[in-house]
Amino acid sequence: MATEPLLSRSALPAEILIRQAHVLDPRCGLDAPLDVLIRGGLIAELGEPGATRPPSGAAVIEAAGKHLFPAFSDPHVHLRTPGQEYKETIATGTDAAAAGGFCQLIAMPNTSPTVDQVSVLEALRARARQQASVPTGFLAAITVGLGGEELTEMAALRDAGALGFTDDGRPVVGAGMLRKALQYQRLAGGVVALHEEDPSLSADGVMHEGAVSARLGVTGIPSISESTMIDRDAAIARYEDARVHFQHLSAVQSVEALSFWRSAGARVSGEVTPHHLTLTDEELLGLDANFKMNPPLRSEADRRALIDALRSGVIECIATDHAPHARHEKEMPFEQAPMGTTGLETAFAALYTELVRPGLLTLPVLIERMTAGGSLYGLRLPRVAVGEQANVVLVDLEQDWRVGESGYRSRSGNCCFEGRRLDGVVELTVAAGSVAFAAPGVLRTTLEEVS
Amino acid sequence: MRGHLLSIDDLDRAGIERILDRARSFAEVAGREIKKVPALKGRTVVNLFYEASTRTSSSFELAAKRLSADVVSVRSVGSSVEKGESLKDTVQTLSAYDPAAIVIRAPFAGAAQQVAGWTDACVINAGDGKHEHPTQALLDVFTLRQRLGSLDGLEIWIVGDVLHSRVARSNILAFRRMGANVTVCGPPTLIPRQIEALGCEHRTTLDRLQEADVVYVLRMQHERMRESYVPSLREYAQRYQINLERLREGQLLMHPGPVNRGVECSGAAIDCAASLIGQQVKSGVAVRMAVLYELLVGAPALQAVA
Repeated sequence: MATEPLLSRSALPAEILIRQAHVLDPRCGLDAPLDVLIRGGLIAELGEPGATRPPSGAAVIEAAGKHLFPAFSDPHVHLRTPGQEYKETIATGTDAAAAGGFCQLIAMPNTSPTVDQVSVLEALRARARQQASVPTGFLAAITVGLGGEELTEMAALRDAGALGFTDDGRPVVGAGMLRKALQYQRLAGGVVALHEEDPSLSADGVMHEGAVSARLGVTGIPSISESTMIDRDAAIARYEDARVHFQHLSAVQSVEALSFWRSAGARVSGEVTPHHLTLTDEELLGLDANFKMNPPLRSEADRRALIDALRSGVIECIATDHAPHARHEKEMPFEQAPMGTTGLETAFAALYTELVRPGLLTLPVLIERMTAGGSLYGLRLPRVAVGEQANVVLVDLEQDWRVGESGYRSRSGNCCFEGRRLDGVVELTVAAGSVAFAAPGVLRTTLEEVS
Repeated sequence: MRGHLLSIDDLDRAGIERILDRARSFAEVAGREIKKVPALKGRTVVNLFYEASTRTSSSFELAAKRLSADVVSVRSVGSSVEKGESLKDTVQTLSAYDPAAIVIRAPFAGAAQQVAGWTDACVINAGDGKHEHPTQALLDVFTLRQRLGSLDGLEIWIVGDVLHSRVARSNILAFRRMGANVTVCGPPTLIPRQIEALGCEHRTTLDRLQEADVVYVLRMQHERMRESYVPSLREYAQRYQINLERLREGQLLMHPGPVNRGVECSGAAIDCAASLIGQQVKSGVAVRMAVLYELLVGAPALQAVA
């Protein structure tokens, strides 16, 4: 494919020496304090801690006690552009991602208009080239207008740079329609990503069906709404030898289905969000619409199954499903409010605080899962290795912060972690060789030291 | 004190008893020729109703008037609500009149709780979606106490469409809190999964209805057939209708209204001596007076009434 998969605005290549950070990149076998020298946007040297001399013109960051990871990759964000720029723009969404430590984003096509034709995709890519502070790629719709009736020009959209296809926000209801898309994938290429939900089972549900929905009298979405569609679509994928990715898994039955079909030879993968890994439907007892998302927060048993699947690799990656909504929309009564939570700025800290600190997941596994998303769509894995483009994040794990205290970089504040105290503060994000985010003071003071 | 009544969970047993004791003295007021007391003179009560309601809205209006409050009733039909004004904007507009209380009925769970966050007034939930209807539960407990003295150890069956019923949810909580045992019974399609988390038993047949001291019947809406929750009202009535053949001597019959005669209840059962349905309506005014009084005037005893 001649077209660039990811786009971002042009920025100066980074020239930074990060000294004595604890470098952790499990894929590269790194887990030790090192000096990391970035020159011309590339990782130029990985040296003994404290031994590297700063070249002239490079900023120096004294990072002893802090951690440096390959920067994160998010295969599932909603940047709301075009059409709903009051919720998010490419600029604000990618700034939020940069502040969360991400170096790759894949944006969903359920915009207004839908990304279902080449002209829309091209315009969007042009805007990303002007505005994105983090390299961003795009999926196109499987069906025109997400209507489930008519295939998009998948091959032309691929040629124009679509990384894959999804009707995210909606399932492909017709099995026959999905089958045709998967057959056509042999011509067009690209991963087909699926939001799994049987509308006849979800009906007008707005939260997980269980004890909490029984107490609240709010219509539930049963777990089988998701898992029965995974079973159906994995069976079709295996029959057509197609490549399918299941988005935002939420239920124990879904994990079982994914695991079963993979061992049965289907080419299937899965993602899970930070909120499904850290929160349950108990949060909804107060009917706060910031906890309303689709798929819904489910039970503790579901959460535990998702964590186990992430640990074992049945689920390969974390995806935020960053879904901004304006304040006035989320202030509607719970049952009317739109579904979704933002997640880019809190993903790492939430997972580190709620999974790594209590011992449910190791830090190396978390880093692997937070960096794997883009690779499922054929993007290059972020790696801390000499000669690689610099895609790194520097985090202070010893520092905590209160979510929302200093506002958000996202245009919307509908964050399910609002008000929580989380461990892990992102200090610097280098994406595609350029500084995408630096916490106040991180680069400035060190520049003074150099001069 | 500035409290709200959003859920039965806001009240412990002592709190329920305090309100109901006060309701008893207000019920006496209702027997007088002049039915008014000056407790809320000069204060404003807003009734904000986003759903059709006869019983609840009229009894709240009457309760506030009998306490001498000024009452403003806003209904969704013909109000700015119909013009697309958000709940928040409507509440903030009405709050400009500095009401002492806002009584809200809305088709959405949690609406009353949201309103409480947007106003300084005391908020009373008069029904929010399928979530709760706490004053209905209080008046039902009041009615049973008037008749039986206590609910301790009582076997209460709630029969019908539990899934869509805010009354069922508030009443399960209130009956349990007052010491009764609750069994819900209805077609499996209309009993929420994991309803036992509310502390009740559940059954799908009336076979053991004899065990009940009180049979509380829920309204069966016609639209449930279209949605295939039940195949037909005929089959529903065959299996679940409460009639004189199914009621035994000594059982009491209750219904929150409005009744579909011949569907969930036979006409003869509604009109029989065991029926407390008329009494429930009568209790509504006294109990809502007591709730308004409890929230707006507070604990000190009933001099205002005496």
